[in-house]
Amino acid sequence: MKVSDIKEKLNLTCAAGEGGLDRELEGCYIGDLMSLAMTGVHEDMVWITIQTNINVTAVASLADAACVVIADRAVPDEATVKKANELELPLLTTEMTAYETAKALAALGI
Amino acid sequence: MDNAIKLHYNVDGEDFTLAGTTSATVKKYLKTLGLPPDVIRRTAIAMYEAEINMVIHADGGVIDVEITPEKIHIVLKDRGPGIPDVEKAMQEGYSTASNEIRELGFGAGMGLPNIKTCSDEMKVDTVIGEGTTMDLVINIK
Repeated sequence: MKVSDIKEKLNLTCAAGEGGLDRELEGCYIGDLMSLAMTGVHEDMVWITIQTNINVTAVASLADAACVVIADRAVPDEATVKKANELELPLLTTEMTAYETAKALAALGI
Repeated sequence: MDNAIKLHYNVDGEDFTLAGTTSATVKKYLKTLGLPPDVIRRTAIAMYEAEINMVIHADGGVIDVEITPEKIHIVLKDRGPGIPDVEKAMQEGYSTASNEIRELGFGAGMGLPNIKTCSDEMKVDTVIGEGTTMDLVINIK
């Protein structure tokens, strides 16, 4: 499954990093503490968080996440958007909670 | 050691938004060298955590990375306040980070434990009021 598939099926909004929408994804991690996310997020995963600061892009890129879903109506900072565009790291926002997002991803087989 | 690759970086302590830049650069470089993914991942995590610590606690510092066919040797040096109790700082969940830093998702007290887990050798030399030097080795083979 591709990032663009979950964007479409979960009705997520792409706030940045459209260049990475074609990337294949596998697995998911949920969390808002950077140190835990750093070790919990693995290559090609979806990372669900409510963090919106620029360090999200640093952690996601170092951990090789396929995309970040920013849950609970949170909006990424301007600097975060800029960096994610540079990195072609999709930042997908949603009104769903992290739990609802994870349930929807699980229903898709992720 | 004739074929060692040496890299040197300055970490800006004033700009929190730049934290992680050095780790990202080194990670990219290690990828071009074609090192095993596990080695790259462990190096990236250890460096990122140490870099964040430098920015949060020590107002920046310098990082030297030496890559040989056998290992990656990272020396991180800051002129921060020093760590009063290294043993305590090594415990998961112990942190002295401010609330402001915690709101950004840091200060979980997992930094040093993560560095330890990711490295094969870790040495911390710290002097109160003078600074901290961290010596990390990640074996390639």
